[in-house]
Amino acid sequence: MDPIKETIRGYILNEYLPGESPANLRDDTPLRTSGILDSMATLNLVSFLEQTFNIVIDAHETGIEDFDRIGDIAALVARKKGAAV
Amino acid sequence: MSPTLFRYLENSAAAFPDRHAVVDPSGAVLTYRELSELADRVAGFLVAAGVQRGDRVGVVAPKSAAVVATLFGIMKAGAAYVPADYSAPAARNRMLLADCAVKVVVLHSQCASIVDEWPSADRPAVVWLDGADAAGTAVPGTSWDAAAGHEPMREARVVHPSDLAYILYTSGSTGIPKGVMLTHENATSFVDWCSDEFTPSEEDRFSSHAPFHFDLSVLDLYLSLKHGATLYLISENLGKSPQELAAFIAASRLTVWYSTPSILSLLAQFGALDRHDCSSLRTVFFAGEVFPVKHLRSIVERWSQAAFFNLYGPTETNVCTFARIPSSIPADRTDPYPIGFVCPHCESLVLDTFAGAEVVRGGEGLLHIAGRSLFQGYWGRPNDDLFFERNGRRWYNTGDVVRETVDDGFIYLGRRDRMVKRRGYRIELGEIERGLYQNDRIREAAAIAVPDSSAGVKIIAYVTPQPGARPSIVELKTFCNRALPSYMNPDAFVFVEALPRTSTNKVDYQSLTRAQEPAPQPIQT
Repeated sequence: MDPIKETIRGYILNEYLPGESPANLRDDTPLRTSGILDSMATLNLVSFLEQTFNIVIDAHETGIEDFDRIGDIAALVARKKGAAV
Repeated sequence: MSPTLFRYLENSAAAFPDRHAVVDPSGAVLTYRELSELADRVAGFLVAAGVQRGDRVGVVAPKSAAVVATLFGIMKAGAAYVPADYSAPAARNRMLLADCAVKVVVLHSQCASIVDEWPSADRPAVVWLDGADAAGTAVPGTSWDAAAGHEPMREARVVHPSDLAYILYTSGSTGIPKGVMLTHENATSFVDWCSDEFTPSEEDRFSSHAPFHFDLSVLDLYLSLKHGATLYLISENLGKSPQELAAFIAASRLTVWYSTPSILSLLAQFGALDRHDCSSLRTVFFAGEVFPVKHLRSIVERWSQAAFFNLYGPTETNVCTFARIPSSIPADRTDPYPIGFVCPHCESLVLDTFAGAEVVRGGEGLLHIAGRSLFQGYWGRPNDDLFFERNGRRWYNTGDVVRETVDDGFIYLGRRDRMVKRRGYRIELGEIERGLYQNDRIREAAAIAVPDSSAGVKIIAYVTPQPGARPSIVELKTFCNRALPSYMNPDAFVFVEALPRTSTNKVDYQSLTRAQEPAPQPIQT
């Protein structure tokens, strides 16, 4: 189990999908194009990731094509963490 | 006073032909001469296409300079424009365009499904903004470039100030959107008041953040272009990216900003405003919803050189009250600021019920408005219960509960019905329920709104699934994203075996609301 993915999944479930089963929020579930995250929620998620993982995510890295699924977001976080070490 | 909205553009084109009128999201600029010329050509095309005085023309497209020229061209041809949200479900847009029987619709190809599924017998003529070839649809149409290359119409049709200028569709309590009909005089009385009160000039640079189907756009478009100022169109994507938006404000040296509190809150929280010099801003307007004081304080402190104004008014009245926000907001203040004093183009009454008895100052009551900016009614719906006559004036019940004070004017207290504001949009909770009922796996649905200190309100949907067919919450969010405008998608879903009912078998909304205090909990039935 990938701890970055589970952290992101837990945050989204807790904040934006209260009551949902974790199994229904898959790594490849669209988040923004499905309406699960609106623009405010996306900004809050970015802010959460920056604080939790001590990274900086630029606005151009949060385009809807690259920042729409837990799998892609976790990969971005992993790259950032790797670069920060 | 100008009798019609398009005279503003004609006058500015004569006075400031070479000044920049509109800056497109692409960065392309139209001067006043160019914008007026394009509007004349679009008007010429529409008249040749058979558009008559009093007809309606739909516009469904992302914001662009071509769309601005189109709006003026429609009005110059004597018609009313009907702007719709290009990101809303196609079926909803088709419903409202059919409701007011638009004769022509100006469409971006990404909205092609609106006409693809429209039976040809009663389908309006189509103008494709991005070219007939780009549409990728079997529906025939004219390219906008061809329309904008038509012989220009130099003299506008005779248009009376009481003719409709535009129809703005807003959420309806029955679930069906309703078209708010506004005349040229309704709009110009508001715009001319803005001129007197805020004294803009040709040196100003206005933001155009609100989409054109949202009534905040009326101030942006017409106050700016009336005074020979420059209007900076902000795309939807830019409008949702606080850091890029702050950089845009700084780079464009905007002087006038107008948006909902939601956007200003985003800028205050995520805009990195200490890194962007927005000192050019001299006036900041906000409207559409209650501004949480903690975010208002933050933005007022960041942009301390600007004057902040709270503008209030439903689409049906245009802005009818306003209040200036003090430059220093006390640290311990948590109450939202008042909506202020009635504008001179309006009159106000506070009554205990619709057309009821006057409430003495200091008491709670429903705000009723009369005046020249008051709308004409909803398209195709009877006016019987909408207005009433008193003191020789026609009055409209805003439905907003207020208390009048001597020092602060009106204080907004809330609603007695099921209408809520979210991100500045008016939402009838019934429309959300109607959307949910389109899902085959839902047997019953009820939507409520609960206060939220950050977002203003949160919308909770209670749903009863069909036996053995319970959808996941992810599925419901995705479904609502397709069936409803994005701002109507509920924040949370709660599954219940049955909705609670009153003794008369109506949905017991009070019980559902109580269940959300203080924390969301499923109802046990």
